[in-house]
Amino acid sequence: MSAREEILGRVRRALDGVTADPTPVPAPSGARPEDLIGHFVERVTDYRATAIVVAADQVPAAIETALAGRTPIVPAGLAWPVGGISDTGQSAAELDAVEAVVTGAALGIAETGTLVLDHGPGQGRRALSLVPDVHICVVRADQVVADVSDAIALLDPDRPQTWISGPSATSDIELDRVEGVHGPRQLHVIVVVPCPESDNPLL
Amino acid sequence: MREIGGMKVALQVTCLNDALFPGTGIAVVRLLHRLGVDVDFPEAQTCCGQPMVNTGYLDEAVPAVRAFVSAFEGYDAIVTPSGSCAGSARHQHALVAKRSGDPGLARVVAETSPRTYELSEFLVDVLGVTDVGAYFPHRVTYHPTCHSLRMLGVGDRPRRLLEQVRGLRLVDLPHADECCGFGGTFAVKNADTSIAMGADKAHHVRSTGAEVLVAGDNSCLMHIGGLLSRQRSGVRVLHLAEVLASQ
Amino acid sequence: MTATFVGMPAFPTAAREKLADSQLRGNLARATGTIRAKRAAAVAEVPEWESLRLAGAAVKDRALHDLDRQLVRLEASLTARGATVHWARDAADANAIVVDVARAHDADEVVKVKSMVTQEIGLNEALEAEGIAAWETDLAELIVQLGDDLPSHILVPAIHRNRAEIREIFDRRMADVGRPAPDGLTDDPAALAEAAREHLREKFLRSTMAVSGANFAVAETGTLVVVESEGNGRMCLTLPKVLVSVVGIEKVVPTWAELDPLLRLLPRSSTGERMNPYTSMWTGVIPGDGPQEVHVVLLDNGRTRALADEVGRQALRCIRCSACLNVCPVYERTGGHAYGSVYPGPIGAILNPLLRGTGDAQTDSLPYASTLCGACFEACPVRIDIPSVLVDLRAQVVDGHRGDAVPKPEAAAMSAVSWVFGRPRRLAAAERVSGLATRLARRLPGPAAAWTDARDLPTPPRESFRAWWRRTGGGG
Ligand code: SF4
Repeated sequence: MSAREEILGRVRRALDGVTADPTPVPAPSGARPEDLIGHFVERVTDYRATAIVVAADQVPAAIETALAGRTPIVPAGLAWPVGGISDTGQSAAELDAVEAVVTGAALGIAETGTLVLDHGPGQGRRALSLVPDVHICVVRADQVVADVSDAIALLDPDRPQTWISGPSATSDIELDRVEGVHGPRQLHVIVVVPCPESDNPLL
Repeated sequence: MREIGGMKVALQVTCLNDALFPGTGIAVVRLLHRLGVDVDFPEAQTCCGQPMVNTGYLDEAVPAVRAFVSAFEGYDAIVTPSGSCAGSARHQHALVAKRSGDPGLARVVAETSPRTYELSEFLVDVLGVTDVGAYFPHRVTYHPTCHSLRMLGVGDRPRRLLEQVRGLRLVDLPHADECCGFGGTFAVKNADTSIAMGADKAHHVRSTGAEVLVAGDNSCLMHIGGLLSRQRSGVRVLHLAEVLASQ
Repeated sequence: MTATFVGMPAFPTAAREKLADSQLRGNLARATGTIRAKRAAAVAEVPEWESLRLAGAAVKDRALHDLDRQLVRLEASLTARGATVHWARDAADANAIVVDVARAHDADEVVKVKSMVTQEIGLNEALEAEGIAAWETDLAELIVQLGDDLPSHILVPAIHRNRAEIREIFDRRMADVGRPAPDGLTDDPAALAEAAREHLREKFLRSTMAVSGANFAVAETGTLVVVESEGNGRMCLTLPKVLVSVVGIEKVVPTWAELDPLLRLLPRSSTGERMNPYTSMWTGVIPGDGPQEVHVVLLDNGRTRALADEVGRQALRCIRCSACLNVCPVYERTGGHAYGSVYPGPIGAILNPLLRGTGDAQTDSLPYASTLCGACFEACPVRIDIPSVLVDLRAQVVDGHRGDAVPKPEAAAMSAVSWVFGRPRRLAAAERVSGLATRLARRLPGPAAAWTDARDLPTPPRESFRAWWRRTGGGG
């Protein structure tokens, strides 16, 4: 008998007489912060990442400031103009020589201070936002949701996802949190609000 | 006399109290008399069966549970000065009855289990009193035993009772909700770990400067008190019932 | 050589040795104290915590109670997304599958994401035996591996080590297996983390194959989820060409939406954070991104045995957050090694006997390594009633010895007590005739003498309660 058949057979015998619940379990609703963006910024900075809120026309300048002279790699499809290296399929070793990366995001979660990348346009393949030491992530205010439930409802499980909550960290030494192990050691989050009197969310 | 609706109330003294701490049982009787409750002591009682159940001897617990239900069947409330034994009656007797394979036993257990109250539950929930008219002029700290805290969920009932005792000064016990390390047969099967836990508990008790350590289970008090006594700490241990019965 | 847990003594003996190690007790008390406070604060922030726990438990139960269909569905979803699914009855099956994949790619090394399941099956040793080096990339796992040590905690396997010990291990051992520790390495945690970063980076950049576990596997979509902090997981899941994920069959979550409560419960319960730094989710092969050859090994190794246990099957809900370890007063004092398994603490005390079956002295000692204080149940995000499972397993241990020709002294004592407690007259007689109380107090039988080593006994009373009642009718 194949291992598959054997294991499935054991499972069926183990569950003899057990009935499963056919309906998915609803999760209780989560946080509903009044000031969504304020909450998001506060929670992101709790992780010792930086977060600022800027008007759409100030994004390039904010990126410049966060880069502090570093040259980033920039994924195709980023909604804001940034000078840097384009993604030409560099190897991991080549990416290791790149100082920074600028990406967009699929959404942000206010309650947990989380950015979710689904590696669509403007976010790049997964290695891009991993190997360089500085990650600058631009997220639109209208992409920020309240809690994990809202994110799960919006996200497409068919896409790869990276949920990022602050810079790389470890608590492995005496359970004390230390920032910076393998992932980017600096995370700068730029939250974009529309310019006053503009109905274009990008401006 | 307090009107409690002609309730028939029985004392389950517990095997440990019967043999080693009769003063606790006597205190419950006097306290309940004072509150107008005519409490009975059915002599057919022995032990709740928990020592056997918690050590894995389910078959051996069956006779004890049978004795329990035959002693207490027909009473409206079974009061016990032990969170642990109340927990056993409420949460383990059904298990033992199931093991016995006797549906008759399971039926009676279903009646006696929910009628079993730990002393502070009975006073606060059934009698509705927190001031029992006690006087105990000492500095006291209180250890919430694990079974009363987590198995029964007695919450702050014992504290509310103690706060009303005249003359009593209640001081907070650091890390109060941490287990003392007694654990029934754990105390001898894993004596080293049990003593290490008890030593930390004794240390916290001594750090409060209390004269008396109070709890709702004499088993835990026997363990902590045994350490405090060996350390010649001068701290006494006393069951909640005895404090509440003092005048 | 890698250390293993084979041949560990029973819990009381192992615990005695650990209790004598004051350095260990200091490290553990500080670490568990820190994490307990963080967890309590993170949980207190969530008003819906209790309903989340109910939902988390219900999601896992729904998967477990329908496990055959969920597994078949998971397999189909994964296969449709380009992954190769393997089934492993036991450790040997699983190890052979991983070795075969490595051989097919001529890999002489693999990078590993911290995973309990690959420790459970002894994958590193199996790879080593085939000449394939397995590099642990989680900081704590690296500390354990370099120190030829054993893990002692689910989440923080090197919790028993303090910063000075870690510095010494890095300084002495890193050079043997790759980039040496920098000169003048201090015991500042940031410096130690930096040394690990430099040491492991060359391995991430050159390895062609990675091995991971998974925290969750979504049957509906074939999505695997890895929850981590450092980014070593992302490195392993993204950079190598080949990825093998070994997944216990209990990791299944029926639908994508049902990840929700679990993702809200896990980080707060484990590290006491609102969310862990990184969570990676992927579904089979993603064209142009990450490993282009993806294998998933679905592992039984005793899980179906646990599933067949009516009381114990709830242990398979475990999401390995380690909250139960951190709140356990026994674990806090003995540490993880005393449990003799990669699964220590309260969950280890039930999971090991459930996976392996009771019957040997070491396994049989585990269900007794608890005071049944209930702190674990209260902390468990998926509401595993560990005390009830412990009590049930104790009964299994006892029942396993019912046929013994010579009963253990404890069994003899228990049946004597049972005989006395079965009839109130026998109890009264025992008390009246010889003063059971006094006898109990003066001569505790056999192993119970352990009581009096450090604890005084109460002074025996003049009369039992029963005798008082008889004498006074309750009015004395
Ligand atoms: S048993 Fe519960 S508390 Fe313990 S590790 Fe598993 S999920 Fe966490």
